[in-house]
Amino acid sequence: MDSAEIAAHIPRLRRYARALAGDSQRADDLVQDTLERALAKFHLWRRGSDMRAWMFAIMHNVFVNQLKQRREIALDEAVEAGLPSAPRADPLELRDLDAALRQLPAEQREVLLLVGLEQLSYAEAGQALGVPVGTVMSRLSRGRERLRALMSGTAPANNLKLVK
Amino acid sequence: MSAVTESDLHAYADGQLGDAVRVRVEAHLAHDAEAAERVRVWREQNEALRALYNPVLNEPVPQRLLGARAPRARWPQFALAAGALGLSFGLGWIARAYQPDRAMEMAALPRSAAIAYAVYAPEVRHPVEVAADQQDHLVKWLSKRLGRDLKVPVLTQQGFELVGGRLLPGGKGPVAQFMYQDSKGQRITLYVSRRDEPRDTAFRFSQEDKIAVFYWIDGTLGYALSAEMDRARLLTVATAVYRQLNP
Repeated sequence: MDSAEIAAHIPRLRRYARALAGDSQRADDLVQDTLERALAKFHLWRRGSDMRAWMFAIMHNVFVNQLKQRREIALDEAVEAGLPSAPRADPLELRDLDAALRQLPAEQREVLLLVGLEQLSYAEAGQALGVPVGTVMSRLSRGRERLRALMSGTAPANNLKLVK
Repeated sequence: MSAVTESDLHAYADGQLGDAVRVRVEAHLAHDAEAAERVRVWREQNEALRALYNPVLNEPVPQRLLGARAPRARWPQFALAAGALGLSFGLGWIARAYQPDRAMEMAALPRSAAIAYAVYAPEVRHPVEVAADQQDHLVKWLSKRLGRDLKVPVLTQQGFELVGGRLLPGGKGPVAQFMYQDSKGQRITLYVSRRDEPRDTAFRFSQEDKIAVFYWIDGTLGYALSAEMDRARLLTVATAVYRQLNP
C-alpha cells in the first residue's frame, strides 16, 4: 500500500506546486520529481510520522534545486497566455493574486502557501522547510506584508530571489 | 495579562491558537483597530489563496504523475532489498482508484496518437494516403468517414506544411491523421478521434517515450498533436493548432 499512500497526496501536492511554480507544466514537473524522489526514498520515511509534511519537505528540496539550476522553458508564456484551465471564481482579482505571488521571494512564498493554503501548523511548515519556527514566523510576517502591499498597489515589483 | 505578540496575531489569523490565548488576542483586537485590520487582511489572503488554487484538487491527475517511478536504483542491493520487501515502485497500478473512468479513457488518446506517429512519421514513400495537393478531397473524405466536419490547421507560420492525411482504425471507430513536415523533414501529426459523448478538457501534455504529445478534447472530437521534438517547440505548434480549431 506504500505507493497508494503516496498517490493519495498527489492532488494536494499539485495544488501547492501550482501556487508555488505558477505555470501548470512546471508545477507538474515539480510534482513528478517529488514523487520520484519520495518513491526512491520511501524506506527513509518513518512510519507513523506525518507523510504530508515529509512530502512537502521533499518538494521543497526539489524546488530549491530547480531554482538554482533554472532553465526557462521558452514557451511557458504560451500556456499562461490563455489556454483553458480550471474555472475560477473571480478571474481578474485572483489572477492579480497569482501575479503578486510571483513577486514574492521564494522563501516567503513557500511559507505563505504552506500555512495559508495547505494549513500546516507553523511547526510542520518549519519541518518541511528545514528551518526553526522563528524563521517561519518572520518569513510569514514579511510575506504577508509584502503581498498586502502588492495587492493594494503600494509596493514596487521586484524579481524572484533565490532561496539560500 | 501578558502582551500580545506579532506571532500571536498570525496564529490567531491562522486558527492555530489554544482557547486561552485566543480569548486574550480577541480582547486585544477589540481595542486595537490597526491590528484587527491586519488580521482581517491576512485571513482574506488565506481565503483568496484557497479560492484560487483549490480547483487544482478537482483536476484529473495527469497520467505521467500516476506513472511516476523511482529513478533506477544506483546500488543493485537497494533494488534487491526493495524486491525482497515486495515494494512496488510504480504508481500506475492504483491508477483506477484515483482516476475517474473517463480520465483513463483520456489517457488512451496520447498513447494511440504516439503509436500512430511512430508508425507513419518515419515512412518515406507512403506517409499519407491522400496528399496535400488534393486537400479538398482529403478533408471531405475524412469528414465523411468520421461523421464530423473536420478542419485542417494551417501551420505555415510555424514552419510546417501539410503533407496529407490518412484514415486509421481507432478503438471507437475511424480516426483521422494529418501529417505536417518542416523544411528539415521534421514531422508532426495531428490525430483526430471521434467521441460519442461531448466534453471539453484542458490542454494536456504527455511524453510517450521519445514522442511528445499535446492533447485535448473539444466537444465530440479528441485531438492529439505528436512529434519527436522537445516540448517547448511542440507547444508553439500545439498552441497554433488549438487556436485555429477553437477560434
